[in-house]
Amino acid sequence: MVERLIQQASSYAHSIDGLILLVTVLVGFWFLLAEGIFFWLIWRFRAKPGVKSQYITGKEKHLKRWVTIPHALVLVCDVFIIIGAVQVWYNVKQHLPEADATVRVIGQQWAWIFQHPGLDNELDTGDDIWTTDDLYVAADKTYHFQLQSRDVLHSFSVPVFRLKQDAVPGRTITGWFHPTVAGTFDIQCAEICGIGHGVMLGRINVQDATEHAAWIALNNSVSAQ
Amino acid sequence: MAQAATVETHGHEAHGQGHHGPEGILKYIWSTDHKIIGMQYLFTGMFMGLIGGLMAYVFRMQLAFPGISVPGFGVVSPGEYNALVTNHGSIMIFWVAMPVLIAAFGNYLIPLMIGADDMVFPRLNRLSYQIFLASAILILASLFVEGGGFGGAWTSYPPLSANENYNLTRLGSTLWLSAVALEFVAFLLGGINFIVTLMNARAPGMKAYDIPLVAWMIVIASILFMLSVGPLMAGAVMLLFDQTLGTGFYDPLRGGDPILWQHLFWFFGHPEVYVVLLPAIGIVIEIVATFARKKLFGYKIMLYTAVATGVLSFFVWAHHQFVAGIDPRMANVFTVTTLLISVPIAELLFVIIATLYGGSITFTTPMLWALAFIAEFLIGGVTGIFLGASGADIYLHDTYFVLAHFHYTFFPIAIIGTFAALSFWFPKMFGRMMNETLGKIHFWGTVIPFNFIFIPLFVLGLGGQHRRIYNFQNFPELAEMQPLRIVATVSLIVMLLFQIPFFYNLFHSMRKGPKADRNPWRSNTLEWTTESPPPHGNWPPDQMPKVYRGPYEYSHPDRAEDYWPQNLPN
Repeated sequence: MVERLIQQASSYAHSIDGLILLVTVLVGFWFLLAEGIFFWLIWRFRAKPGVKSQYITGKEKHLKRWVTIPHALVLVCDVFIIIGAVQVWYNVKQHLPEADATVRVIGQQWAWIFQHPGLDNELDTGDDIWTTDDLYVAADKTYHFQLQSRDVLHSFSVPVFRLKQDAVPGRTITGWFHPTVAGTFDIQCAEICGIGHGVMLGRINVQDATEHAAWIALNNSVSAQ
Repeated sequence: MAQAATVETHGHEAHGQGHHGPEGILKYIWSTDHKIIGMQYLFTGMFMGLIGGLMAYVFRMQLAFPGISVPGFGVVSPGEYNALVTNHGSIMIFWVAMPVLIAAFGNYLIPLMIGADDMVFPRLNRLSYQIFLASAILILASLFVEGGGFGGAWTSYPPLSANENYNLTRLGSTLWLSAVALEFVAFLLGGINFIVTLMNARAPGMKAYDIPLVAWMIVIASILFMLSVGPLMAGAVMLLFDQTLGTGFYDPLRGGDPILWQHLFWFFGHPEVYVVLLPAIGIVIEIVATFARKKLFGYKIMLYTAVATGVLSFFVWAHHQFVAGIDPRMANVFTVTTLLISVPIAELLFVIIATLYGGSITFTTPMLWALAFIAEFLIGGVTGIFLGASGADIYLHDTYFVLAHFHYTFFPIAIIGTFAALSFWFPKMFGRMMNETLGKIHFWGTVIPFNFIFIPLFVLGLGGQHRRIYNFQNFPELAEMQPLRIVATVSLIVMLLFQIPFFYNLFHSMRKGPKADRNPWRSNTLEWTTESPPPHGNWPPDQMPKVYRGPYEYSHPDRAEDYWPQNLPN
């Protein structure tokens, strides 16, 4: 459902969209049923001359079950949704798969600073590549990101990845993503961060492996000089 | 019946005091009459609602037509945009939903519905309104100070809200916070009064299960508010110190923690949803029972479900913080509690829907509003499930999906609920009837555009559009969805224009409408047994009502008439 509005470009995008679809089907069923019964009752029991309302207290067992049975079924649906939600959450947020590379993402008013590993594929060494507002990653590799903020709360959001994580000053929050499609996509700041919040946008450039290697080599020679 | 005896003593005091009280315009400033205080809250709340609505007009124009000079306002700067969305949210929740649903109708209805001559603490009640009025003036003033109004969202997350170097609104943010804190004080005073009044001042014979549910709901809401607001008040004082004294409660560089505020805020902020929801549900129950001519399907189920909802609402707050940097394992706990709260909420709606079965429904304006509440609130309820499911919230958090979801809860609550209540109790409040044709024009002109505002926003949110961004043209992936933004804005303008017939109907009917008798809707509860409008003291002292049965005895088989007022011995 969501993929018709916005591309899926990470390994977990389809599972999040799948969960949204599951919720849509389950709650959609209840919604249509409840609204259907509701409007039918309104139509069926509209005032007619000479017809008096029935006196129903709600204590009659055979009538009470019209409320208690749906009520129990709502609980059953909840259980299915909880199982789905916890599974997706565990895979995306709780479990960190082995990383091919780590990038550091730093939010500040009002720009994104990205620290990429250089040829040695390690952060905080002399050949790190620093950029502003443009993040460069290779497709089909697993990345860890270390998210930091220099001032207020920001939120690192890549809608095509279905990824979102707040950046909190004073903390480093580690998460992961695995891009699957090459291309250039939006990074939005998703937490209000002052008057420049609306222009705090970045781009994530997902390159294929050779292109990305070339980009690293180019920038490595620039920073080595 | 010792209880009732004390009430009567008290009643004479309050009654006498009113007679020797101030006259003329001063009556409205110094009155301790619960009906006048209720109307003061009502009109202040509606005035603030108009301001909040016009704010929405300004920022929706900017979103639909970025950079346009908005007629009546001018070009919207990013700072002004942030201030507008922040204050729209704050005003609609704290200065519209709460004063109208709880304070206005609570004040007006509780003493009348339980057969008391006034609140137990009339002077406290007056003080509550005066503090509330001061807070309303303060929030409006905060928009006009140097640097502009506060623009850190209604949630006011630090460090942005705590440090003027970050928010650039030194005065605006402090005034905003002070206004919100004052408003809480006003509601604490009012809430104490509602609870004490309901517990102690009921008419002789009115047992716990004979109390009209709207009175119960307002009291449960007041209890929820009192239990949840304490932590936030402490949090607000710490934030105020961070802003003005340079303390570092929320500053990580000095050992503080910004997430602390989020916990304190949402520990209040989530129960707050039910604080305004329950009174609206109560209003809908009264109206549905009256116009379906039906006994409520399960009074006790309704009451206990409301209590259960209230208790559960204290255990769900961190679903607002799934991606905020809390321990990811915590999300699993809060997903479970959040989804469980759908069970009592569904129960509340099922019971109201079941009440329609076997009824004889007339479609008066108040009934249309009450039915619209159920139809629309259902959308708000089911879309909440998406956000409570932690895995889906990773994507949907802070998008327009969230925004559309909570407008589908708050709009039915605060706007539809208010119009339902106002059109239903208008004859009692002003002694005249409102015009039904104008009422129905207003109804359809409000409810249809409402859906056309927010359904496009659901789609935008699913498409990945985030909140609080003043120009989406900057984002290549979002720019092309502009037609949806224009539909929403145009619908908002249509909806705002359809408020004109309402205000005309309100003010015209108040003076010129056909006279209403005591009980124009043939309803059961006690407020309909006195004159319209009720005199000071509500009933003549020797005719205070006694109660013989529950509030929803409609169409009883032993009676020829299809209603059975609570005060009739048989």
